[in-house]
Amino acid sequence: MSILKILIVDDEPGIRSGARRILSNFKVDYPFMDEPIEFEILEAATGEEAMIIVEENTPDIVLLDNKLPGALGIEVLEFIRKKQLDIVVVMITSYASLELAVKATREGAYDFIPKPFTPQELRSSIENITKHIFLKRTTQKLNTAGKQIRFQFLSILSHELKTPLNAIEGYLNIIKERQLGDDIKNYEQAIERSIERVKGMRGLILDMLDFTKIESGKSTDKIEFIDIIPILQISLDTIKPFAIQKDVNVYLNTKDSVYIDFDKSQLEIIFNNLLSNAVKYNVENGRVDIWIKKIGDNIEITFSDTGIGMEESDIEKLFVDFFRIKNHQTKNITGSGLGLSITKKIIDLYKGHIQVSSILKKGSNFVLTFPIKQS
Amino acid sequence: MKKIILIVDDDVDYLFQMKLKVEHFGFEVVTADGQAEAEELIKTLKPDLAILDLMMENEDSGFILSYKLKNKYPELPVIITTAVTAETGMIFEHSSETDKNWIKADLFLDKGIRVDLLEKEIRKLLNL
Repeated sequence: MSILKILIVDDEPGIRSGARRILSNFKVDYPFMDEPIEFEILEAATGEEAMIIVEENTPDIVLLDNKLPGALGIEVLEFIRKKQLDIVVVMITSYASLELAVKATREGAYDFIPKPFTPQELRSSIENITKHIFLKRTTQKLNTAGKQIRFQFLSILSHELKTPLNAIEGYLNIIKERQLGDDIKNYEQAIERSIERVKGMRGLILDMLDFTKIESGKSTDKIEFIDIIPILQISLDTIKPFAIQKDVNVYLNTKDSVYIDFDKSQLEIIFNNLLSNAVKYNVENGRVDIWIKKIGDNIEITFSDTGIGMEESDIEKLFVDFFRIKNHQTKNITGSGLGLSITKKIIDLYKGHIQVSSILKKGSNFVLTFPIKQS
Repeated sequence: MKKIILIVDDDVDYLFQMKLKVEHFGFEVVTADGQAEAEELIKTLKPDLAILDLMMENEDSGFILSYKLKNKYPELPVIITTAVTAETGMIFEHSSETDKNWIKADLFLDKGIRVDLLEKEIRKLLNL
């Protein structure tokens, strides 16, 4: 955006050439701009001519005299507004009619310049408008970038949903075509894996709901001063059947009440994610230990497991949306890749920290720290 | 003797289903669940054709594995399968000579390819 087009619409040739002279060597520069902005001047003597140029050249700024032969300035303004063009219109007016000012503002005029104007008045008006346009377009660019990120997120999401669907469809076709013979026993794996992938998809959908709740912002408004232990107990009860199935013992080593400012449901999301990971990526006859400690104005919660552990290089990527560690041990484990990214987002909301340490084949430690009081 | 096809994919379900399909074509199938396991395997195994997933441990595991396979067995035909094209619109083709030099694969196939077409492509690469 180094050149802005300015269309000057006035029936007096003197005004047009005057404006051209004043603006032709004019540059607008701000510390936050990469390069100064210069101007290209277009001219129209009538409203009709102005509308043609507007349509053909899309100027960025229109300096518009209201008193024109034929179509009035205000009609040009209406024309621009109806076309929904991204044009800033400045009315040049020789008489300060309140009625016109109100009407023009309603039709989207941005500013007024009295006629006759001094070079300084014109320049300062153009300078303001340039700044306005620059900021507006920068904001638009940022919004588009936001949309871009959303689009990426959605395309990964659709991939994550399609992959299990393909797997399930594949198994169903194998069963349908009796590809493994007539004995139902041959199909046990196909059925088991299909159920597993369905579970995985359900998990992803639930995680997605948590994710959107946090992303939508207004999520810390239910903060109460609550006891952590009963909430942790709910998570423990939730995970219990899964832990029994995996032959993993979970121990809560702190029994006394510990209070903290938190939204109950968000604390539950964090606990569910960390606990289910500690069980999911554990080994047979493994254990998970939980400690809660009060350290000064902070609460420290530790989840320690005797699981498969992680490589140093993987730890860094743990909190990235949809990231999952792929290796021999994790190949049969389903997961959305969103659990820890959700956890991290909530932790950030509460100005907390999470620290991860891990040793391959020994286990992992997740240590959470939160301020007791959210001011 | 049956031709040996190496299939490498980190999705256990896809791997199982591909194995079944390719065995059904009348080939012997050896599978690996990722780049690392495949690299171990090819130390002692010389397949007649390899079908590799593109994104496994890393986004380009398939390319790297293909490169290594071709270094060890220059004549080995390699198919790279990907779900990427259908979902992101990114197209992997190696039409230019420079691409051919660094992407050492003979064919790119979409993961959703029909069974009969898959069989045809495999047979073509094996000159059967």
